[in-house]
Amino acid sequence: MRRPLKPRVRGNHPPALHPDYRTTVLRSPRLAPLSMPSTLSEETGPVFGHDMLGPVDADLTRNFGNDDPIGERIIVLGHVHDETGRPVPDALIEVWQANAGGRYRHRKDGYLAPLDSGFGGCGRCMTDADGAYAFRTVRPGPYPWPNGGNDWRPAHIHFSLFGASFGQRLVTQMYFEGDPHIALCPIVQSIPDPVAIERLTARLDMEATIPMDARAYRFDIVLRGRRATPFEGQP
Amino acid sequence: MKETASQTAGPYLHIGLLPNVAGLPMYNGTDPGAALVTGPTDAARITLTLRIFDGAGDAVTDAMVEIWQADGAGHIPSQDADFTGWGRATADPETGLIRFETVKPGPVAGQAPHVTLWIAARGINLALHTRAYFAGDDGQDTDPVLSRIDPPARRETLMARQDGDTWHLDIRLQGDAETVFLDI
Repeated sequence: MRRPLKPRVRGNHPPALHPDYRTTVLRSPRLAPLSMPSTLSEETGPVFGHDMLGPVDADLTRNFGNDDPIGERIIVLGHVHDETGRPVPDALIEVWQANAGGRYRHRKDGYLAPLDSGFGGCGRCMTDADGAYAFRTVRPGPYPWPNGGNDWRPAHIHFSLFGASFGQRLVTQMYFEGDPHIALCPIVQSIPDPVAIERLTARLDMEATIPMDARAYRFDIVLRGRRATPFEGQP
Repeated sequence: MKETASQTAGPYLHIGLLPNVAGLPMYNGTDPGAALVTGPTDAARITLTLRIFDGAGDAVTDAMVEIWQADGAGHIPSQDADFTGWGRATADPETGLIRFETVKPGPVAGQAPHVTLWIAARGINLALHTRAYFAGDDGQDTDPVLSRIDPPARRETLMARQDGDTWHLDIRLQGDAETVFLDI
């Protein structure tokens, strides 16, 4: 039984070359990628079990060190669907981010904001049967980055997602509504479609906000579609 | 619904995807995808090494690559209890070398033996799909992906070369020998 992938809609994504984001200049392939129908190699993918998750993997306020992290406590939650509108269950979601001051716990990040002994900046969770996910963290800070000018990244959380097939694999970034740096950031603005940028922008969700504890931000994610009708056929 | 837009994995992808390599003790000390071979498999063990070069010819030393492949008998997903089929590794921060301890995949129905590669890095806006084939294997003339490559000379960019038990492939993001990337 095979479920071929629907062709990727290139206009949804940033082009490989976006000179305002300078690193793309030497890292963007210049030839068109090879069009091809999906094969079994892209229609299958690794399967992860909920039993791989530890009890605090999805709580970045507790999964590193012994101290409480500094910053605004938030919950990020949403659903993962595919382009046909079906929920994607058992999707592994990995996240990473800067701390509340805008500093990553990474040997190459030399920003002057301090590390936080209570915050690693890494976590993971999986979607449930309805495609729902949630994790707890602190709101990351914006930070400056070397791109030739006075460039600051909007506050963001990096997301990595696995769907049911390797061809659905996606890495992206989530932003926060109201952040003025979204409109100024060359990485965000590499996306040609303003609607697609809107969909990367999480919204405050007061219904999911936990009183006297943590505000909630909703970020729904859509992975590539697989054709609705499985068929038996040649590869 | 439309697919969520991709964004670069950025320079700090290691803390999220390979935290233990990056010095964060997470997940009981084991990064996801760190081991493809998990037992005494009957399949032929190989080392697959990769290097990625940018348009200036410099090795990309911050990339992360995931591989997905058939088991030694050509089953995908793997039916070999000692082989997961999925691995994740990062480039050596000095040399850019990327190394996987894996098995030689068997031919998947209708396709020559190959390893699917998925590359994320700073400066790559949409992670890149490509493949490693094994130079000299049977079935490459009729492989559905290789046979679509025009001019055919560019097939060479996907051919790993053997040196003992190690197969090596250079991936070039730009230039005369730019690797064939897949719109998949």
